[in-house]
Amino acid sequence: MVTKIYIPRDSSALAVGAEKVALAIAAEAKHRGLDVEIIRNGSRGLYWLETMVEVATGQGRVAYGPVKVKDVASLFDADFIHGKAHALSLGLTEEIEWLKKQQRLTFARVGITDPVSIADYIAHDGYKGLKKALKLSGAEIVKTVTDSGLRGRGGAAFPTGIKWNTVLGCESDQKYIVCNADEGDSGTYSDRMIMEGDPFVLIEGMTIAGVAVGATQGYIYIRSEYPHALAVLNEAIDAANQAGYLGDDILGSGKTFRLEARRAAGAYVCGEETSLLESLEGKRGLVRFKPPLPAIEGLFGKPTVVNNVISLATVPIILDKGAQFYADYGMGRSRGTLPIQLAGNLKHNGLVELAFGATLRELLYDYGGGSASGKPIRAVQVGGPLGAYLPESQFDTPLDYEEFAKLWAVLGHGGIVAFDDSVDMAKMARYAFEFCAVESCGKCTPCRIGSTRGVEVIDKITSGKDHAKNIQLVRDLSDTMLNGSLCALGGMTPYPVLSALNHFPEDFGLSSEAK
Amino acid sequence: MSDLQTTQEVSAAVIDALIVKHQQQPGALLPLLHAIQDTVGYVPQSCYASISKALSLSIAEVHGVVTFYHHFRTHQPGRHVMQICRAESCQAMGSEALEAHAKACLNVDYHQTTADGAITLEPVYCLGNCALSPSVMVDDEIYGRVSPSELDALIAEAKVSEVKA
Repeated sequence: MVTKIYIPRDSSALAVGAEKVALAIAAEAKHRGLDVEIIRNGSRGLYWLETMVEVATGQGRVAYGPVKVKDVASLFDADFIHGKAHALSLGLTEEIEWLKKQQRLTFARVGITDPVSIADYIAHDGYKGLKKALKLSGAEIVKTVTDSGLRGRGGAAFPTGIKWNTVLGCESDQKYIVCNADEGDSGTYSDRMIMEGDPFVLIEGMTIAGVAVGATQGYIYIRSEYPHALAVLNEAIDAANQAGYLGDDILGSGKTFRLEARRAAGAYVCGEETSLLESLEGKRGLVRFKPPLPAIEGLFGKPTVVNNVISLATVPIILDKGAQFYADYGMGRSRGTLPIQLAGNLKHNGLVELAFGATLRELLYDYGGGSASGKPIRAVQVGGPLGAYLPESQFDTPLDYEEFAKLWAVLGHGGIVAFDDSVDMAKMARYAFEFCAVESCGKCTPCRIGSTRGVEVIDKITSGKDHAKNIQLVRDLSDTMLNGSLCALGGMTPYPVLSALNHFPEDFGLSSEAK
Repeated sequence: MSDLQTTQEVSAAVIDALIVKHQQQPGALLPLLHAIQDTVGYVPQSCYASISKALSLSIAEVHGVVTFYHHFRTHQPGRHVMQICRAESCQAMGSEALEAHAKACLNVDYHQTTADGAITLEPVYCLGNCALSPSVMVDDEIYGRVSPSELDALIAEAKVSEVKA
């Protein structure tokens, strides 16, 4: 009998040698005359255990990790292909505590299926959402998404259904669905994991969006830093076209939806929806004034839905299981689940999907296992490079858009980056300005000039020059950027800067009472 | 000199073919520039005129787009491009030391190429490998939890390998 062995093709697994492990296992199996089928799945998201190899047994999938090439022979000696014990054995994958406690809705299939096999996707409940959507009117689909409470993961947390409704209400000869896959925030990788581990769920979500609002063309604007994700997406788009799930007359419904992945070119600002559209039109990614909203005048001047990967990839399960099923997860006005990405100085970094409401402390210690260095965790940045730094006193905050807003912080895309007590927060504040200076599109003065001046002022502060005056200057400058910038890049750079200054004044040469 | 001329002629023919292939695409400029850079290794300024003509843009617009995006380059890079992540997650795991180590070993700063033409060093702001920081990318291959000694091994490998993987 052929034994199925799962070895991830996820970028992060490849980054620690998954390709070599896969080759070594194939060679060893051949050498021993064993009949195995190697499936290159996505990652389960337990990155400290990558390369995590799973073997299908009668009891379920058994995991081993982290597997290195040097372990392969001993795994075969221990008869791992029948799930037998080995020093690297992790037991049944589904029983791993870290995984078992999660509430995976958007990530239900990631790490389980073969990402480019449409048959495997369908065998695991894929395309059920689209099939239901095709029986509904556009307005009914939009209502389902609105009722689910799904909000965009880009930072503004705008309700997805309301955006769709605007596009639905526009009269136009052409409408577009644009997926913002320019995931450039440090500490985030859930978009990449979806695109590499379950690309069909994104394709299905975009198709449903197209059917709902009457858009026949979709674009996935994907980072040039993600070559592996792009390759998987293109394979999956081809497969969906061939199987009649994309293109003309989708599943005999008479509906058309075409999809193309477009490579970005390394500009962080193009994650902002209007500069993303400029870039897709082949121009410099300069931010547009709003209004008009992209929903009314978007790509090539036509009504356009612009959503993040996770928002779109969550749509299929909402259509499949209903709005209420999704809305029943979460707290307050933050409904459903959030795929949280643990990063930076933690022992157990990885993808944790949970209903909104879990606390930072739970994630950092129960899931993250505390710092990798063994030193105390001093600061945590949530929501990417434009997110606030939170001190230990705020670790009990639940993950909820409104609770974070109360602290003058953001949840953004759900990325959490931990720093131990060796971090210099004045340096991190300087870096925030520097990053803004490198990535500013240059259209508005507060962002273009303010970021460069910000670096200079922080340098003066850390060298002790006119200390009190320059601290005040950094606050004034932040105020100008916050209120005067055209988009979130300049407008949110003050979040990391001021939160660092407010919570860690001692790093800026102030007494800690200055808080 | 004649070699260089021949190379330029070959590039021009290749680029013209790419222009024909992409010019009808909506928003063609970025896909076209990617295609040129993927094939030639960079976007030669000598092709701005033919691009601008084919896409009805000014040369200034083409130049503006090429220079706006960090990904596009106007000069031939080394045989390999090494990108070191400078973003927060990697900083939390010691990327600053790794950057300093790379610059010292290669004897170059960012955006420069080693004297032997083997490696161009570039900064990058997030490779999406944040769970395994610090991260480095060499051409299209990504490496996680990179220590200075592992970086040495990547450098050594890149120096001896002639062509892009």
